[in-house]
Amino acid sequence: MTSFKHLILALLALALAAGPGFAASDTVEHKLGNGMRVIVKPDRRAPVAVMMLLYQVGSVDEVNGVTGVAHVLEHMMFKGTAATPAGEYSRAIAVAGGRDNAFTGSDYTGYFAALEKSHLELALRLEADRMTNLTLAPEEFAKEVKVVMEERRLRTDDRPRAQVYEQLMATALTAHPYRNPIIGWMSDLESLRVDDTRDFYRRWYVPNNATLIVVGDVEPEDVVALAEKYFAAIPSRALPERKPQDEPPQLGAKRVTVKAPAELPYVLMAFRVPALRDPERDWEPYALEMLAAVLDGSEAARLARTLVREERIASSADASYGSIARGPGFFYLGAIPTPGRSAADVEQALRREMAKIIEKGVSEEELDRVRAQAVAAHVFERDSMFSQAYQIASVESADISHRTLDLQLKKLREVTPEQVREVARKYFRDDALTIATLDPQPVTGARRAKPPVGLRHVQ
Amino acid sequence: MCNKRFALLPAAVALLIAASPARAILPIQHWQAASGARVYFVENHDLPMLDISVEFPAGAGYDQPAKSGVASMTQRLLKSGADGMSEDDVARRIADVGAQLGGRFDADRAGLSVRTLSSARERKQALDILARSLRAPAFPAEVLNREKVRLVGSLKEADTKPDTIVSRTFYRLAYREHPYALRASGEVESVEGITREDLLAFHKRHYAARYAVVALIGDVTRAEAEAIAEEVTRGLPQASGGEPVLPPVEGLAEGASRAVPHHAAQAHILIGAPGISRTDPDYIALYVGNHVLGGGGFASRITEEVRQKRGLAYSASSYFYPLQREGPFVISMQTRRDQAAQALEVTQATLAEFVKTGPTAEELEDAKRNIIGGFPLRIDSNRKIHEYLAMIGFYRLPLTYLEDFVQRVDRVSAADIRDAFRRRVDPARMVTVVVAGGPETSAGAR
Repeated sequence: MTSFKHLILALLALALAAGPGFAASDTVEHKLGNGMRVIVKPDRRAPVAVMMLLYQVGSVDEVNGVTGVAHVLEHMMFKGTAATPAGEYSRAIAVAGGRDNAFTGSDYTGYFAALEKSHLELALRLEADRMTNLTLAPEEFAKEVKVVMEERRLRTDDRPRAQVYEQLMATALTAHPYRNPIIGWMSDLESLRVDDTRDFYRRWYVPNNATLIVVGDVEPEDVVALAEKYFAAIPSRALPERKPQDEPPQLGAKRVTVKAPAELPYVLMAFRVPALRDPERDWEPYALEMLAAVLDGSEAARLARTLVREERIASSADASYGSIARGPGFFYLGAIPTPGRSAADVEQALRREMAKIIEKGVSEEELDRVRAQAVAAHVFERDSMFSQAYQIASVESADISHRTLDLQLKKLREVTPEQVREVARKYFRDDALTIATLDPQPVTGARRAKPPVGLRHVQ
Repeated sequence: MCNKRFALLPAAVALLIAASPARAILPIQHWQAASGARVYFVENHDLPMLDISVEFPAGAGYDQPAKSGVASMTQRLLKSGADGMSEDDVARRIADVGAQLGGRFDADRAGLSVRTLSSARERKQALDILARSLRAPAFPAEVLNREKVRLVGSLKEADTKPDTIVSRTFYRLAYREHPYALRASGEVESVEGITREDLLAFHKRHYAARYAVVALIGDVTRAEAEAIAEEVTRGLPQASGGEPVLPPVEGLAEGASRAVPHHAAQAHILIGAPGISRTDPDYIALYVGNHVLGGGGFASRITEEVRQKRGLAYSASSYFYPLQREGPFVISMQTRRDQAAQALEVTQATLAEFVKTGPTAEELEDAKRNIIGGFPLRIDSNRKIHEYLAMIGFYRLPLTYLEDFVQRVDRVSAADIRDAFRRRVDPARMVTVVVAGGPETSAGAR
């Protein structure tokens, strides 16, 4: 058996070498001849490299009847190429001491690996291979789509609050594909065919739709050279036209109820608001971010203080807004009533909090608190290479350059109380609102269960 | 919204706490504060920030069955006002400096932690809150009443969910009279009976300076760290009556199984038994063996058999969760309810085969390459290193624990693993719980 002594010694030396004194260096950007982009952010705090390959395609690019295909394809990307049989990708990364995973969002699909830095080349070679050579074998597909159905049962079907979110989005939007769940509708998964994944793969998995992001103890020129070596030969291909599928104006409040076995009700409200398009000139998205933080940025924020601690109407209450999206933006408010209070009670309480902001605005002190948190969070985020890579990926997926991240922080800090009040006044309107409510049902309909055969000592 | 190909599994958590840094790799500084607290420190000036935790033997394992939930409520209310500060004062002063006030609560450990910028004003204000919250928590009666109502609501909510039901049933059967059988946050009835006096008494008994473990990493000097450690443990209760101990865990005399009816679309399955303590001599053999069995993600046998070959589950894995006393060995998965019997059968066969024959030479080699080669990933952030510092401190592990860990993994043989599994994991004496197993009925899938 191989001894690992030499490896251990090498690792110890590497760990010691990564001593203090390194700060995050400047990020380097490069474009290959085929249009693929490479972004490298050196971080020499540990002898590690995090690689993320981002495709600018997600569930938003699916069409009727094949919802979920972006995510199923993500699963199939681990099912082998001619050179790397099914299961070999994960094994190769694991044997190199690495960890890998992937994620699918509305706007993007990402593949990542974290490795001791000398193995970065392995990860790039494997990514280049599966960018063009994916096998997509029918028998592998048949098993994997079942795994995805299990994932859907686990994450959505057996989780009432997840169903509320799914129904909220399906109700809030009529034309825009954000109305469909990322994981897909169960019926679409049941009728999905391996050829659907192949079509999607051929259309979107091309170098001119991909961005390679590497954060870690690396030299940017070395990463660029490796990217050239493995990806430059892959030809670019024209991308399909992306139809805008713009959502028509909302004409009035919408409401939907989810009945499911549960103990406590839950209310989730979504207001249509803009997303960030021009980091330099836009101001409303920054004001909305500040508003979300004034409401729910910490334990000192308004919702926890007022609804949970003072009035004791809600067991929990939250507000959120994500400015980064290719499609329409939403501002969410949600709450779970305390036992004895109703969904209507917390809905009214959330509406009162919005009305207060519209009528009286927010204080400079509240904004100062949020600014302090934003500045600190900016530092804390640098503790994780994965977070840094993911932050770059998420803005880039919406066509916002990572170079504007510092600008975005600056703009955020410049938001005034009047701007926060202005966006509240403009967007917290019933006509832009969708409300989904969980109506808890008694947990009685327990299906009679015969013990499975494998249960031998049933008492 | 992300749909990760593989969710963060309990195994990943077990993996994270499975190793720790050591003097040769990370220069851990260790001393005892004048207050009696044990201090573990790594000086690192890369980022202008500081992570600190103060932890005590005050986890759920120290609850009395009739009063279960007292330990958890004590920890929960540490952040709800202290030393003249109201709950709102604490929340506001922490937020004003952009700091994060958190904490740990598990079967063994409880305490508070702070992540703050290291600049003087921010650090001073955040640490002041930390020290006063530990030293003189107010446990306001009206906050306790509110939190009891919230907690009871969430316990009732949790009790409708198959993952909660399977886990509660499993721990009751595996640990019976031992406090590890208790639900960490307490039960509806016991929570309703918690009084302010319970919290004061628990704090006085368990949050003593002499039991405190202070773990720090970040942008402060040794002298500053020493002063901080004194300040956050100064004025804590004096230890009285000897250090709290947990009763020993009795192994299972025989297996036990339960099938619990439920409406869910998926059956939730747990198989396991009391496993190993944090200082168990078999730990390395069992850890590496479990990596092959069900802890190594896609490389492991349970994932291969249940998910890759048959498409039965999104996640299927196994882990050892070492604690002060024997924490559990657990195999867990969820599958469509009518497939529960098949998944169970495949898993039981996989376990039995592994216990009988152990890993192949190739499997062992791959596992070692992953664990040893992946070592840098375990200590690539202050947050991860901080976790290890707190663990080494609490369980009194050697400062060279991490270096030892890597070398012990390197040395372990297939025979060691087979031997350890045969002695410690008996497939015939497992607790098996299936919630929502069985065929669809007329109710249909939701």
